[in-house]
Amino acid sequence: MPKARGQLPKAPTGIQGLDEITGGGLPKGRPTLVCGSAGCGKTLLAMEFLVRGAIQFNEPGVFMAFEETAQDLTQNVASLGFDLKDLIARKKMVLDFVYIERSEIEETGEYDLEGLFIRLGHAIDSIGAKRVVLDTIESLFSGLPNPLILRAELRRLFRWLKAKGVSAIITGERGEGTLTRQGLEEYVSDCVIVLDHRANEQVSSRRLRVVKYRGSTHGTNEYPFLIDENGISVLPVTSLGLQQIASTGRIPSGIPRLDAMLGGAGYYRGSSILISGTAGTGKSSLAAHFAAAACRRGERALYFAFEESPSQIIRNMHSIGIDLQVWVKKGLLQFQANRPTFAGLEMHLTMMHKAINTFKPQVVIVDPLNSFVIGGNEIEVKAMLMRLVDFLKMNRITGLFTNLTSGGSALEQTDIAISSLIDTWLLLRDIEIGGERNRGLYILKSRGMAHSNQIREFLLTDNGVELRDVYVGPSGVLTGSARLAQEAQEQAAQMMHEQEVERRKLELERKRRVIEAQIAAMRAEFEAQEAETLNIIGQEHAREAHLSQERADMALSRKADAKPNQHKRGSK
Amino acid sequence: MPKKQVRDSTQEFERARVRAQKTPYVLKLYVTGTTPQSARAIANIKKLCEIHLKGRYELDVVDLYQQPQLAQGEQIIAAPTLIKKLPLPQRRIIGDMSKSERVLAGLDLQKKA
Repeated sequence: MPKARGQLPKAPTGIQGLDEITGGGLPKGRPTLVCGSAGCGKTLLAMEFLVRGAIQFNEPGVFMAFEETAQDLTQNVASLGFDLKDLIARKKMVLDFVYIERSEIEETGEYDLEGLFIRLGHAIDSIGAKRVVLDTIESLFSGLPNPLILRAELRRLFRWLKAKGVSAIITGERGEGTLTRQGLEEYVSDCVIVLDHRANEQVSSRRLRVVKYRGSTHGTNEYPFLIDENGISVLPVTSLGLQQIASTGRIPSGIPRLDAMLGGAGYYRGSSILISGTAGTGKSSLAAHFAAAACRRGERALYFAFEESPSQIIRNMHSIGIDLQVWVKKGLLQFQANRPTFAGLEMHLTMMHKAINTFKPQVVIVDPLNSFVIGGNEIEVKAMLMRLVDFLKMNRITGLFTNLTSGGSALEQTDIAISSLIDTWLLLRDIEIGGERNRGLYILKSRGMAHSNQIREFLLTDNGVELRDVYVGPSGVLTGSARLAQEAQEQAAQMMHEQEVERRKLELERKRRVIEAQIAAMRAEFEAQEAETLNIIGQEHAREAHLSQERADMALSRKADAKPNQHKRGSK
Repeated sequence: MPKKQVRDSTQEFERARVRAQKTPYVLKLYVTGTTPQSARAIANIKKLCEIHLKGRYELDVVDLYQQPQLAQGEQIIAAPTLIKKLPLPQRRIIGDMSKSERVLAGLDLQKKA
């Protein structure tokens, strides 16, 4: 966070996430009130503030316990890896257990808490403490009589702490309708942090909220937090301002034809991908493809499985020709399998954060998302996913989530309404035609790329996922056997068409031949006629010649003097 | 014990009472400098001791400002605090000792009102 002008000096807590929420830590040199009901982690938060202060920031601290003995405290926090004995020996910490037993105390008149002041002052001075914790100072009210005096003295105590310039944490038990039972918030008003531990649908979760922080901006939401072997970690929404830098790099989906549909190159690196669909549409298979493809490139993939065990996933994916075992052995693929009910959402989120931070994957798969939805916690699930998506984006990790759409609900709707968080959304659906179910895939949206608008038929083969063009015809989209039948039908039609052409060609040929034959016949007839005619003509000539010869002969015999040739010429 | 007689135990009690009246008291009064409360507490406790415990008490007045480490060792929060070290049980009496009967009750010298 950039240091603003006149920024209030802060004492960093060193607690994961808390410094982000408070913009650098608790107010330096001022008291902070940490309140909450029993068992919500007040003492631990305070202790971690001191221990981390002593170890990481060289600020020794005094822990004044009113409830737990020094020995108990030391033992309790040893499980979190805090070695109080060592810190005390190195004069980094003073642990002072204040023992108050009401039955041993007789009040005989006016008193003050100067004894406590001296005691605390001495402890602070003995190690030069910069931090002080008063763990449930409200115990004083049950241990000492006369609340009026106590109130006045507490007011004086907080003023005195401020004057001492120590950063203090005062813890207080949550009261009815008030933040603390004794209304400590009236006195400690610089910074108030409320811790909460609630169980919803039998799953417990811890929350932290900065109710008030004078002189500083701070996150005001309820942030889930977690206590584990490393102490407290608070989960802030990592990107309050959507500041992630978008990558233009592409990351293949593992299925070439799907890449082609996604503008030819696959998803964007660092984007969030949602694969939703009804049961058995192949969501996990697509996810496994993506993981295997990442591993093949030498990248690391982290697979969060919430419904199947790793060995089951490996076996199932083996059946479609994806060998994940190899990558697990090579250390490129890691499974994290848990039941969603195993822990609260925050716990899951934190475990995911931790797994991601240690494994440092390039690809994260969450399969499936909607198993987190138990009862009516959609809002929380959405918040959690938003955090996860933001976290992944901040770290430029490509996240692929699957989501089971329950049958009957609208396909283009996720149970958790996270579609707006998603960059690329693939929809898998069953297409029911001709008495069978077939898988169809299409891209519902894909931000920032020219993607295909077509439905592809989605086949699970021995060699993994295959995408096929679907038959789109006048009767709609055909898939599976219907598509095959349609294709066969088309083929038959094509063949028939070809045969028809052939037949027509033959017909034409035949006609040509017929006509040619007719022509030949006619010509023959004509020739015959011609020959006959010529013959007749010849005969006629011969007859005429014969006649004229006869006439001439006759004339000769009659001694006619007329020229016979003249007649002959005229009759021609 | 079954052997003991009722008569005997009454005598025992009487003897114990007399012994108690003679037990030495060890008292420590922790004050914080010369505040009015401290001064009043010192004056009041001295007066009470002189009346009720004459000759068999030991009273130490400790200024916590001078010996701040004692505050932790003696588990002192309120001031002034009077600690009855002996006879057992230990008791703490806080305040300026102005309510005499309460002080005496705290010292087991008088029944609680």
